[in-house]
Amino acid sequence: MIDLAIELTGVGKDYRLFSLQDVSLALPTGQIMGFIGPNGAGKSTTIRILLGLVHQDRGEVRVLGHRMPAEQVAAKWEVGFASDDMRLYDGATIEWHMRFIRSIFPSWDQAYAETLLKRFDLRAEHRVKGLSHGQRVKATLLMVLARRPRLLVLDEPTTGLDPVVRQELLRELAAVMQDDGRSILFSSHNTQDVEQISDQIAFIDRGRIIESRDKETFLERWRRIRVELPGDVRLPALPGIIDIQQAGRLAVATTNEYDGQLPRAYEAAGVRVHAVESMTLEEIFVSNVQHSREGATA
Amino acid sequence: MYLQIMEQIRRRIAVGDLKAADPLPSIRQLAADLQISVITIKRAYLELERDGVISTQHGKGSAVAESAGLAARIYEQELEKHLAEAARLAALLGLGSRDLQRRVRDASDQLAESAKEPR
Repeated sequence: MIDLAIELTGVGKDYRLFSLQDVSLALPTGQIMGFIGPNGAGKSTTIRILLGLVHQDRGEVRVLGHRMPAEQVAAKWEVGFASDDMRLYDGATIEWHMRFIRSIFPSWDQAYAETLLKRFDLRAEHRVKGLSHGQRVKATLLMVLARRPRLLVLDEPTTGLDPVVRQELLRELAAVMQDDGRSILFSSHNTQDVEQISDQIAFIDRGRIIESRDKETFLERWRRIRVELPGDVRLPALPGIIDIQQAGRLAVATTNEYDGQLPRAYEAAGVRVHAVESMTLEEIFVSNVQHSREGATA
Repeated sequence: MYLQIMEQIRRRIAVGDLKAADPLPSIRQLAADLQISVITIKRAYLELERDGVISTQHGKGSAVAESAGLAARIYEQELEKHLAEAARLAALLGLGSRDLQRRVRDASDQLAESAKEPR
């Protein structure tokens, strides 16, 4: 039994203008990881390394227990990968693609493929050339899902999709997770998609992982504390506070290590706590990126 | 996010849709149905178990707790929460406990009053 579907330890890769530094990630089997970062942060590079498509300069990569890139052939039977720049053949039909993939992968599940066709509202006899962007994405995903891989790796699967198609896709990913032996890693710069279905969240910016935790811990530890100061003083920064915005006697402190002690500590210092607010993943993401960039330049 | 799930399950018990000892869907089933992460549902079930609202038996899944008066207790817990919040806001406004008592009485009178009015 492998507990981790994906394990990256201290992975680095140097390009002329960009480097991936000390990337460590762990995705437990049976969970979904949302991999979030701005454009150019290193999401696709990380994904290509864990698939063995790009070889890392440093660090260890294990995918379903296989050491990458050395054992990538063994890993590829069990890993399904889909990305935006993956192309189906324009002149061929969906049916042709299904038959082609079935001929290669013995794990292909024809009944499931046909269910997916219906659910995704696709027609097997349609040629790829005539499909809309959303239909192409769904067709590509169908080819990967019907193989029933133990690990799904999806690079920006929801980019450019309309809300209805996005929901269809997320529903299908959620359905895959009924089987606790399967795992999914998907990257996105849309935190909303990730917030709903992910068990684990990892943020990447400028080639570094800036935070990686399970989602509930993420949402629990990040809080905004709205306070009122007793007079014309600066709000003291307590441990765990990473940002303070103050206007007159009102201030907002942001923390990434919230616990119940924090408002009490402020009250003890004579600061009146008006509210403790939870933050959306999007707010956390933006705040996190800003904080880490400030730390880098300070 | 798990708080919302807890709230939904509590509500369904409170209105009687779920009765004592009724089985709950498995964590993975509910996650797929709601399209919400497994970890969120797991956390919600864990907290509900801690509150005595549901019970989980290993290998058998989760069910609504068998204890008597569960619906009443859920409303009780909710009242408790709102009272604590009212007390906190009253303190922010600088209201004494006597003022707060008066306000609670007013609110309760108002409710009785609006119930009397013919439709």
